[in-house]
Amino acid sequence: MTLNKIKKFLNAQILCKHRDHNCDIKYAKASDLMSDVLAFSQPFSKPEALLITGLTNKHVIRTCEIAGVCAVVFVRGKNPSTETIKLAKDCKIAILTTKLKMFEACGILYSNGIKSSSIKKGK
Amino acid sequence: MQSKTVFQQKYKIKGGDFVNAGESSCKIRNILKEIGIDADIVRRLAIVAYEAEMNVVLYAKHGIMYLFIYPDKILLKIEDKGQGIKNINLAMRPGYSTATEEIREMGFGAGMGLPNIKKNADVFKITSKVGKGTALEIIINLNGKNG
Ligand SMILES: Nc1ncnc2c1ncn2[C@@H]1O[C@H](COP(=O)(O)OP(=O)(O)OP(=O)(O)O)[C@@H](O)[C@H]1O
Ligand SMILES: [Mg+2]
Repeated sequence: MTLNKIKKFLNAQILCKHRDHNCDIKYAKASDLMSDVLAFSQPFSKPEALLITGLTNKHVIRTCEIAGVCAVVFVRGKNPSTETIKLAKDCKIAILTTKLKMFEACGILYSNGIKSSSIKKGK
Repeated sequence: MQSKTVFQQKYKIKGGDFVNAGESSCKIRNILKEIGIDADIVRRLAIVAYEAEMNVVLYAKHGIMYLFIYPDKILLKIEDKGQGIKNINLAMRPGYSTATEEIREMGFGAGMGLPNIKKNADVFKITSKVGKGTALEIIINLNGKNG
């Protein structure tokens, strides 16, 4: 699913584009805990992965970079700081914001074919 | 027999420094990517470095992360000065965390950091002295995956 489609489904705004604007999102993970995001690193670490979160600080972007996630959706209408946006630009990670709640955003994406990222062993 | 070091670097980590937290791990990730290390290994090493770096930022006064790249493996050492860990077995348990509410609001404190490190490392050693500090040693093998 392209970022533009996700934008439409979630009635979202794109605050920062991915270098490959047509990147095809296949998997998603929803969490507000960074280590939890990193525990689900495959296939979450593939460039087709999206993070859905209610946190908007810089650490979310760093975690996406470490996990190799290409886009993040901020839910509940939260707007990230300019600092967060700048880091996302530097790391080439896309940011979308939606007024939807986490559960609603997940439900919509799930019912439109985005798969859950599952835990796999690290090695 | 110890094989020759191809590359080494050290990174200082300051306790409580949330502005730069994670930067060293991102630098390490970029170095590994640039020299053409297998993507899966880069991902594992980045996760390990990041979790270890964040623990120093969250729980210690200051620390140093050493990166050694050998032809057949990558060695990461993280040594910090700080409060140390009283019960390592407990700290290693998934879900165990002493993070404050403030830390949790930033997105840390799932109690998954050390378990994540162990899961992604081929060799993982942790030693700690209460009131002194903590040291981690992590090896990830390259398995000849990098030609
Ligand atoms: N370098 C360290 N110095 C002192 N205590 C530490 C250090 N690293 C870990 N700990 C202790 O071990 C606990 C578990 O660490 P772990 O990284 O697994 O989880 P966490 O940091 O609490 O949460 P998460 O990593 O999921 O954000 C910590 O809550 C802390 O009490
Ligand atoms: Mg931790």
